This record gives sequence, C-alpha cells and structure tokens, in this order.
Amino acid sequence: MADRDIAKEDAIHPGRPVVVSRYNLGARINHWITAASLILLALSGLAFFHPSLFFLTGLFGGGQDARAIHPWIGVVLFFSFAGLFIRFWRANLPEKSDKAWLAHANDMITGNEEKMPEVGRYNPIQKFNFWVMAILIIALIVTGFAIWDQYFFDWTTIPQKRIAVLIHSLAAVALICIWIVHVYAAIWARGTLSAMTRGSVTGGWAWKHHRRWLKELAERHRVKKPAAPAE
Amino acid sequence: MEPSPHTATSNPPVAATAANLSERDLVRRSASSVPPPARQLEPVAKLIDVSKCIGCKACQSACIEWNDTNPAIETNVGVYENPHDLTPDMFTLMRFTEWDNPQTGNLEWLIRKDGCMHCEDPGCLKACPAPGAIVQYSNGIVDFVHENCIGCGYCIKGCPFNIPRISKVDHTAYKCTLCSDRVSVGQGPACAKACPTHAISFGTKEDMKTLANSRIEDLKSRGYENAGLYDPPGVGGTHVMYVLHHNDQPEIYSNLPRDPRISPVVNAWKGMAKYLGFAAMGLAAAAGVLHSAFVSPNRVSSEDEEKAEDLVKEKT
Repeated sequence: MADRDIAKEDAIHPGRPVVVSRYNLGARINHWITAASLILLALSGLAFFHPSLFFLTGLFGGGQDARAIHPWIGVVLFFSFAGLFIRFWRANLPEKSDKAWLAHANDMITGNEEKMPEVGRYNPIQKFNFWVMAILIIALIVTGFAIWDQYFFDWTTIPQKRIAVLIHSLAAVALICIWIVHVYAAIWARGTLSAMTRGSVTGGWAWKHHRRWLKELAERHRVKKPAAPAE
Repeated sequence: MEPSPHTATSNPPVAATAANLSERDLVRRSASSVPPPARQLEPVAKLIDVSKCIGCKACQSACIEWNDTNPAIETNVGVYENPHDLTPDMFTLMRFTEWDNPQTGNLEWLIRKDGCMHCEDPGCLKACPAPGAIVQYSNGIVDFVHENCIGCGYCIKGCPFNIPRISKVDHTAYKCTLCSDRVSVGQGPACAKACPTHAISFGTKEDMKTLANSRIEDLKSRGYENAGLYDPPGVGGTHVMYVLHHNDQPEIYSNLPRDPRISPVVNAWKGMAKYLGFAAMGLAAAAGVLHSAFVSPNRVSSEDEEKAEDLVKEKT
C-alpha cells in the first residue's frame, strides 16, 4: 500500500544535512519541458483570449506564427505531461489519511504545519493539483483538436467548434490558476525548488513536509552509505 | 463628400474617383476600438430577389473576375452547385433546391445566391481576436483586412451564416466584401452589375427596402401570399437582403436560418468567459500576494534537519 509512495529514484543519503533524492534527471527534464511548453502556451493563448494581450503574439513572431505554433506546443505539452503522469500517478492516488490532512488544511495555509498529520510523497493539495491538471490538459487537447482548423477543420461541426473554443478558454484559465498555486507553493515552502533543480531535498524538508515518505524510505533501507569521508 | 452609390446598373464615372471609404468611416474594428466617425455614410444594401433569379451564375463569374480569384475546377457530381461550396476563392454561390410545394403540388426550383450577409451586428467581427482584421464601415459593409488576419478561424465560429473560409495558401479568411473597393468609388457590386434579370440590386438600404416592398406586393398579387423581405432582426438586420416568395419558411432555401443570431455560446466565450477568466487569474495571483504578505515563508528549521539526521542514524 505505502509502496506506491516511493519512486525508484527516491533515496536517502546520510550526512549533515541528510540529502534525499526526490526526482531523477529524467523526471526533471520531463518536468521542465512541460513547464516551458505550458508557459509558452499560456502566453500565446492569452494573446488570443483578450485583445489587450494580443501584443504577446510578438513573442512568437506575430499573430500568424503564434496561431500556427500554439497547437504544436500543445501537442508537446500533452505528451510531456503524459510522461509526468506515468511517473507520478501512483504516488498521487488518494488515500484515507488525506481526509484527516484536509481537515487541517487551514493549519497548512496559516503556517502551522506541525499540527498536521504526516504526509507521504505528496500532500492532498499536491494530489488535487496533479489530477486537476491532468483533467484540464485532456480537456484542452481534445477541444484543441476541435479548433485546430488548419488540419482538422472537417472533424467537427461549427456548433461543436463554438462549444470547444469556450471550454478551451475556460479550461486554460483554470489551468493557469492551478499553475499559479503550484508555483507559489513551490516558492513559499522554502527548500522545495531544489527538488526540481538538483533533484534532491534536505532531510529536514522531507521531515517537515513529507514525514511519512521519509520514514518509509528509511524503513525500507533505501539509505545509501555516505561516500567515504576524505582523509 | 461623394454621394453614396444608389445603383449598380448605371455606368460608373469615367474620370478617376477618390475612394470615399477610409479608416475614418469605421464604426467597428475587431479586437480594438475606433473613434466615433466624423460622418455617417448612408447605409447601403444589396437586395437579392430570389423570385427573379434564373440560376445563370453570372454573379459568380463577375465575382471571380472582379476579385481575381481562381476557384479550382471541380468534378460534376450531378448537382448544379459549382463549386461545391463557398471557398476562399468563391465568395458567392448559387445554391439550388428542388422543393415540392405541398400546397400546390408544384415542383419549385429555389435558387439562393449565398454569401456574406453583412450583418449590422457581425458575429465574425465579435469573435475575431486580431486587432483590425475585421472592420465595419458606417455604410454597413463588413470587410476583412487580410494583412491583420491571423488565420485562426474564430470568424467562422462567430458567423451565424457559415460564410468565412480560410485560405490554405495565405492562411487568412475570405468572404464577400460587398465590393467595398467598387462601392468606395461610386460603383455597385460586380455581381449586381452582371445580373441579367436584375435579381440583384444595390443601393441605399432605404431604397432597397422600397424596391423590395414593390416586389413583394407584386409576388403577393401572383399568389405568393407569404412573400416577404429577409432582413433578420436577430443580427440587427443585414446589408444583404433577400426577397423570398416563401418568407414564412426560409429554411427551404438551402437552410437559410429562420432567426439567425450570434450563438449564445459565442457570446459567452467573448463576454462572460473573459471577465470570469481575468477575475479568476487575478484572484489566484492576488491570493498569492496576500498570502505572502501575511504568512511568512514556510522554512525548514535546524531542528527538522536534526530530526531527519536522527531518523537516518537510527536506521543505518
């Protein structure tokens, strides 16, 4: 049951401080491709969303080029996120203890995390973000094909395209909101960013935010002997 | 100011004429605003009298010639429509319907010249995200400005009549311009000029309504009691109008919509979705700013690090 909380790459490296591997190089590259395509999609998509943001098409070489490239970046995002999904879906499955944690979610937001139940690899808010992102990205790719008129005009009727473009814009807005929460949380909880840059966090970070995950890792002897200290 | 043209039948002046349609005459410009125009041009309209059309397609030929388009030569599939549909190179199309009139038992050949209706409230312009790609002049003409068009196809979604077509060549949208370039120098549209039966007339909207009334009266006297003018109020009226002998059932004319209006989905997308979207994104960002103002960063303490070290020591 708890096994799903531990990814292959997760490992503890004893020392001062303890270092815990959280994301291997593949996961990090996968994550940053997703991040980059999501940002590019948001910039080009917002340009079509409201006239006041149309100037953003300048970043892509003008309106025609922005219109042409946006759906292709969407395809990249879809496959890239699919990679993340395959990596992380198990650890994001909901579990019973999530309920108790969510009952204390207020403590998390007000900075009283010590009052909260222990958390596995992901806390319920992270899990919520994960699943909502997955659903929104599926909605975006499906509706995106429906309005990708350059190649798929004949696949849908005009009334279907109208609904698709409305859903596409609303889903995109929701995804941008989720993205804001995701980025803010990663910055607010200090020590988190290194998980996606160097691939590791400190033992203290894991103890504070994902204690059950750290305990399970230690329990399962996923502790790598420290390198022989230099003489 | 040059008077607006009143007819398509008279020959144009031979002397060079300065164009009298300019940026200053815009009343709407897509994804942007325009200053109120200094003058109001007289609203113009094209009146298509379906009862007088003989389906000769002179209008299509004139349209191709004037706009210098080259519709692909297609295959005869046993129907009169040619090409098969409006295309980026065919801005107007005769649509043929064989209609069995249940009241008289007569087979009626209904021929409707399809093309942009030049709505007073244009759905294409409302949907367009590219500043200045679609414009509306104070005389009612709705025109596409190709250098501003990005080829997204939003106009297709906005249009209640399924008119705009995106070119696979230059990736911009095309449709009937109501020959704005001819109208601006005092001429009528090419199709109206070419029509041999005067089924297509062009002039001020007032004059065209008067003409339509006389035609409707005539049709009624000949037994077409439901003859009427198609100038749908759902889009604020149109600057291309039809005289229909069966105005009570416009659908029989190749699915001419009974009550065209900008789709509520398009209105929601272009209205509510924008406000909702900006509000949601703004709230999310504001929540972050407020949170960071009132709650200090969540830092890992040295005790946390020690606890982790103890835990790991225990296990090794």
